[in-house]
Amino acid sequence: MALTRRSSDLLKPLTTVSSSVSFLNRRLFSTDDTTTITVETSVPFTGHNCEPPSRSVDTTPKELMNFFTDMALMRRMEIAADSLYKSKLIRGFCHLYDGQEAVSIGMEAAITKQDCIITAYRDHCLFLGRGGTLLESFSELMGRKAGCSNGKGGSMHFYKKDACFFGGHGIVGAQVPLGCGLAFAQKYRKEDHVTFAMYGDGAANQGQLFEALNMAALWDLPAILVCENNHYGMGTAEWRAAKSPAYYKRGDYVPGLKVDGMDAFAVKQACKFAKEHVLKNGPIILEMDTYRYHGHSMSDPGSTYRTRDEISGVRQERDPIERIRKLILAHDLATEKELKDTEKQIRKEVDDAIAQAKESPMPEEAELFTNVYRKGYGVESFGADRKELRATLP
Amino acid sequence: MATRLQKLNRLSSIITNQCNPVRRLSSSSDVLPSVDGQVLKQGKSINLYTAINQALHIALDSDPRSYIFGEDVGFGGVFRCTTGLADQFGKHRVFNTPLCEQGIVGFAIGLAAMGNRAIAEIQFADYIFPAFDQIVNEAAKFRYRSGNEFNCGGLTIRAPYGAVGHGALYHSQSPEAFFCHVPGLKVVIPRSPKEAKGLLLASIRDPNPVVFFEPKGLYRLAVEEVPEGDYTLPLSEAEVIREGTDITLVGWGAQLTTMEQACVDAEKARKSFDIKRQKEGISCELIDLKTLLPWDKETVEASVRKTGRLLISHEAPVTGGFGAEISASIVERCFLRLEAPVSRVCGLDTPFPHVFEPFYMPTKNKILDAIKETVNF
Repeated sequence: MALTRRSSDLLKPLTTVSSSVSFLNRRLFSTDDTTTITVETSVPFTGHNCEPPSRSVDTTPKELMNFFTDMALMRRMEIAADSLYKSKLIRGFCHLYDGQEAVSIGMEAAITKQDCIITAYRDHCLFLGRGGTLLESFSELMGRKAGCSNGKGGSMHFYKKDACFFGGHGIVGAQVPLGCGLAFAQKYRKEDHVTFAMYGDGAANQGQLFEALNMAALWDLPAILVCENNHYGMGTAEWRAAKSPAYYKRGDYVPGLKVDGMDAFAVKQACKFAKEHVLKNGPIILEMDTYRYHGHSMSDPGSTYRTRDEISGVRQERDPIERIRKLILAHDLATEKELKDTEKQIRKEVDDAIAQAKESPMPEEAELFTNVYRKGYGVESFGADRKELRATLP
Repeated sequence: MATRLQKLNRLSSIITNQCNPVRRLSSSSDVLPSVDGQVLKQGKSINLYTAINQALHIALDSDPRSYIFGEDVGFGGVFRCTTGLADQFGKHRVFNTPLCEQGIVGFAIGLAAMGNRAIAEIQFADYIFPAFDQIVNEAAKFRYRSGNEFNCGGLTIRAPYGAVGHGALYHSQSPEAFFCHVPGLKVVIPRSPKEAKGLLLASIRDPNPVVFFEPKGLYRLAVEEVPEGDYTLPLSEAEVIREGTDITLVGWGAQLTTMEQACVDAEKARKSFDIKRQKEGISCELIDLKTLLPWDKETVEASVRKTGRLLISHEAPVTGGFGAEISASIVERCFLRLEAPVSRVCGLDTPFPHVFEPFYMPTKNKILDAIKETVNF
């Protein structure tokens, strides 16, 4: 069937973890950030109207270990969110990021917290990557006061202003033009910062995206449009929805780069390259070839429009965490047992955060009426039934 | 195949509330004539999404120029409304679109302008706003601005609307009032499976563009006997679904279920100021508006002339909601007959909340309080 024929592309073999070892063959402490390890990306980058960067990425033992723990933490958080949703502690709609962790991790490794990130509703792990805490995440998921949006947003609306994370948008594709606005502001202020506007392969077919691209290119904005191509826009495979699923080429006059989004180092290299590129030349599209293990949202089992073999195949061949695990073991930075222990520790951290989040109270009832307008500068409702409106002018 | 269906069923059962089906607010049991004049037999008890599915099936079957498309529609849609249609009628008539609401509606307008019945699905009413421009500026005004040379009358846009208990900001909204401000459109909202089937078929066949909002909370919850054949219910005709003498309640869609419960409770309540009739309770007349634009003012007016009181209830925020329009029109027509101010029990003027949905909603008790307040004014 067509489905299997096409999906076999997803199982590109993970090129053996080949790397040129530039250090002595001995145990290193995981906190070592002076030794340089050079890692080769899984596949070469493919460029559109630009010269792709080198496949060799420099890293340190410390970074490798951090990649592992951070991604394992994200994975664990999403799995815990899954069970919290099923036990009805999380309401609303919930979109999980597991499988795509390398995109967040790799991106964060190449940029600073002054660079902006704006994304759609699959936002939990990006929030974590920006320095958000587990407690804030779980509290927000469960609509508690300690949540990053005071429990008022829920799963789809995570934000973190102090780390320039503009969050969490509910309408497919709507956040990309916003990203151009952010980038314009950065350019106007003559900062050397850039904006990563993230969207999925489904959103890539929205008209707004092309409007945003045109503006970004017209005004040479430092905007990096990151297409997280997980190959399914809700239940529709990319090739059923897009005439050209080569999303990195869809900007036409805007250069693009296709990246293995399951390889944190490829993502890191691409983001570093993109940041330098956009500050000089205006926007670029990064297509991250990635995969979500869960369905589109919690109401989608994720197995009706793709085969189980495909999912388990990607897990076996391309999993971003396994990739790092192999690298760590290959470079003898930790033993298998130590990594397992780390995962156990993470599991405990997550459980503790959940327990703590459950303790957090629901927002005050009055919070229902706050933040509709800025306090004192709009319309406020009064009366027991809140039916009486009064406009307040500054 | 069977397992696939089971999985799909699971998917939609999680989206809608998985509760035991209940019979509420059933349509009147009058025998309906089918479109070819034959008397229809009462069919099986089915839920609302199956009734929609039947209507779509008939629409495709009875008119070879009809097409159904939208996001994930080819697989049955997230709410199972289009299950099996692609298999039976082919992928050239029932198909998935990319995720692009503005494109879907624009495409549908063009398809309809060529004399076809374009039935477009917007996956959630909350996602209809990218298509707002196409609906308001292109679809609604096509006939007028071309001096009747062109039209897109074959266009029907289906979109699930309303609260489901845990939908939060972007899966719960009721945007009907936005569209009721646009001459050239029709806006239809059914309350039950039988109504949904008849009204949807009428909407599809109506020679004007129709926005058809389906109460997604009732997709599985509402179950009633639905005639099996092809029948339509008239648009722009309201229905008195419960007769009464003290107050008129007007609503549409899922909110009628809540209003009906309030009516039942009001009947037990006492009219405190009227000593003679204290034991009788408050007698409420409940009207299902069905079509919001153009709406049936006469039925509402006649009822308010009888009862002298009016209450309107909808899930959308109270300010600028369609209740405001009904209120203004009835005050214009029945000013001297009104014995109390028109009451509106609606959603609050806030975005649709995440955890505070129960506070936001126009619940039974809020309606009951308003009924008492209005009757005892």
